[in-house]
Amino acid sequence: MPGRIKSVVSGPGLLFVSLSLVALYAPFMTLAANRIVAGEGIPVWDVAGPEAVIPGFAGLLAGLVLGLPAAWQVLRLTGAMIGIAALIWLLMEGSTSLLEGAGTYARVSLGSGFWCLLAILLLLAADALSSLSPGPKMRGALLAVAIVVSALVLWSGALTDLSIFREYASRQDAFFNAAWRHLGLAFGSLVVAAAIGFPLGVYCHRNEGLRSAVLPVLSFLQTIPSLAMFGIMIPLLAWVSSTIPGAKELGVVGIGFLPAFLALVIYSLLPVVANTVAGLEATPIVTLDAARGMGMTRHQRLIQIQLPLGLPVMLAGLRIVLVQNIGLAVIAGLIGGGGFGTFVFQGLNQTATDLILLGALPTVILALISAITMDILVELARPNQMRHR
Amino acid sequence: MIEIDNITKVYDGRPAVDSVSMTIESATITAIVGTSGSGKSTLLRMVNRLVEPTSGQVRINGEPTAGLPKNALRRRIGYAIQGHGLFPHHTVARNIGAVPRLLGWDNDKIHTRVNELLDLFSMPPDEFRDRYPAELSGGQQQRVGVARALASRPDLLLMDEPFGALDPIIRTRAQTDLHRIQRTLGSTILLVTHDMEEAIQLGDQVAVMDQGQLVQHGTPAEIITNPATEFVAEMVGGVDRPLRLLSLLSVSQILEEGAAEGEPIDEKSSLREALSVCLWSGRNAVPVERNGNPIGRVTLEAIRSRAEGTHEPG
Repeated sequence: MPGRIKSVVSGPGLLFVSLSLVALYAPFMTLAANRIVAGEGIPVWDVAGPEAVIPGFAGLLAGLVLGLPAAWQVLRLTGAMIGIAALIWLLMEGSTSLLEGAGTYARVSLGSGFWCLLAILLLLAADALSSLSPGPKMRGALLAVAIVVSALVLWSGALTDLSIFREYASRQDAFFNAAWRHLGLAFGSLVVAAAIGFPLGVYCHRNEGLRSAVLPVLSFLQTIPSLAMFGIMIPLLAWVSSTIPGAKELGVVGIGFLPAFLALVIYSLLPVVANTVAGLEATPIVTLDAARGMGMTRHQRLIQIQLPLGLPVMLAGLRIVLVQNIGLAVIAGLIGGGGFGTFVFQGLNQTATDLILLGALPTVILALISAITMDILVELARPNQMRHR
Repeated sequence: MIEIDNITKVYDGRPAVDSVSMTIESATITAIVGTSGSGKSTLLRMVNRLVEPTSGQVRINGEPTAGLPKNALRRRIGYAIQGHGLFPHHTVARNIGAVPRLLGWDNDKIHTRVNELLDLFSMPPDEFRDRYPAELSGGQQQRVGVARALASRPDLLLMDEPFGALDPIIRTRAQTDLHRIQRTLGSTILLVTHDMEEAIQLGDQVAVMDQGQLVQHGTPAEIITNPATEFVAEMVGGVDRPLRLLSLLSVSQILEEGAAEGEPIDEKSSLREALSVCLWSGRNAVPVERNGNPIGRVTLEAIRSRAEGTHEPG
């Protein structure tokens, strides 16, 4: 009967259950005397009294078991949600009870067990979702729901006892400044790179000579390590600022926002230009020959034929750039460019892990949301080639 | 009338098309045949100036094409190619209406014209207007490609291996369709093919090209009975020549009085079909009918006399 069991029970689901059993033995949370010292790991059954741990445990197990049936994907997705809710419940109860009588400076942080369980439940959700293969609109709706629910959980104050939120509480203003800076760096450089890259891509597509000159240069720039690139910007802009009259007044200085922004634009050019060229070349040669033969001007061919057919590829280039820049913008923190990187590097200097997380987690979440959104856009941009989808 | 006057295209010092002149009468089909590299496609593409001639002239109804703006010229000339080149993201209706839209026709006029053409190609507009090319069969895609080329009632239709991507059965049907539509609309067509069979079937005139030169230009019968060079003789297929010749003639041309035994054939059948029927059924004569009524017979003897190369073609 093994064949039958296999078809009823989902293979990944089974794997998730067994991995979770292992992860339960890893410390779920850590308790430390203050924000700097290394904490002591607490297993999940010790984070709070039985009246709190037992429902949390039950929820977690129920979620994982719901992930087992191979046929019911919606049930599996629900299971993942229940499991994640149980994790949050355990965190809430755990942080309150662990801090009780532990001293003013004591901190509770997230342990490796929590991260493993969270990763497993997210994988379960992803596995169920990929089998459901929802359309772009459905994916957009799911993403919106996920964002709203997460925001409500954070906003409710249920998790404020965790160390990472203590770090946030003492830097609320700085956090939002950093967030705006980070978005400004990532999206601003994307817009500028698109404004330069699209026309450059079109010219590269039309002119073989220009293409063979431009693409290698951009590829070379792409290979410069990001730290070095930010480093090169400092003397370069400092020189511009001191030699070109008026540059300094316009805000051209060696460190800060501008060099970080420029470096990001430079990194963005290759994906934008290369994907624009690839997108324009996606039109079949016979289609272009027919368009030319019927008397379409070059401009008409570009607007009516090549752009619509190449748009998904070109948007895929922007997706690469956006996700890449959200990550790279962290390094801007090193040269005073602002953004979430500021917290990462402060945290590294102070060996305060939760401060590092305060910079890193929003970056990861931002990149994830951008990637999913861009994937949806790429799919929506695909021109209709069939009536019935 | 389209006049190609002493036209030459030189690539890297070598002529791809070498001083070719020919005249294409209005409302006829001229088929240019040649092997690959013979310059036939280059010749075709010089007519709508997708390739600019090195020297020489093309005149449409006496007007030299070199003086016209390229895109305006191309919008007056239909262009259908191998692999159809339909726009994959546009519906059938939008594909067919492409040139009228470039010419600025109003939407009602385009709508009517598209329906007219779909009807002409036996594709009910209600069913096909809103489909995308990927939802059509190969034969339907090809018909939409030709319909698109005819949409603006062009002075001339250029076709570059239009049936090259079709399988043999659909291909024969497409050729018959093209012939019918050309006769209905009175279009002037210049068609390039590597297939002598296709050229003979479709062409009112056949032009044979070899290494950039026009080696013979004449009616299919002239080409078969009197090949100008060894190359043309080879193209018309040596031993098959009598059969090809017979396929050009219809039974009605050698009809004689009298009766014959067995299953009759229609007067529009070719002599090649009549010969085939004679041989297969072991008869020396076959009865001929018109609309189902007997009108005479053809004899094996008469067919044979028409298949001899020296005989003046009818």
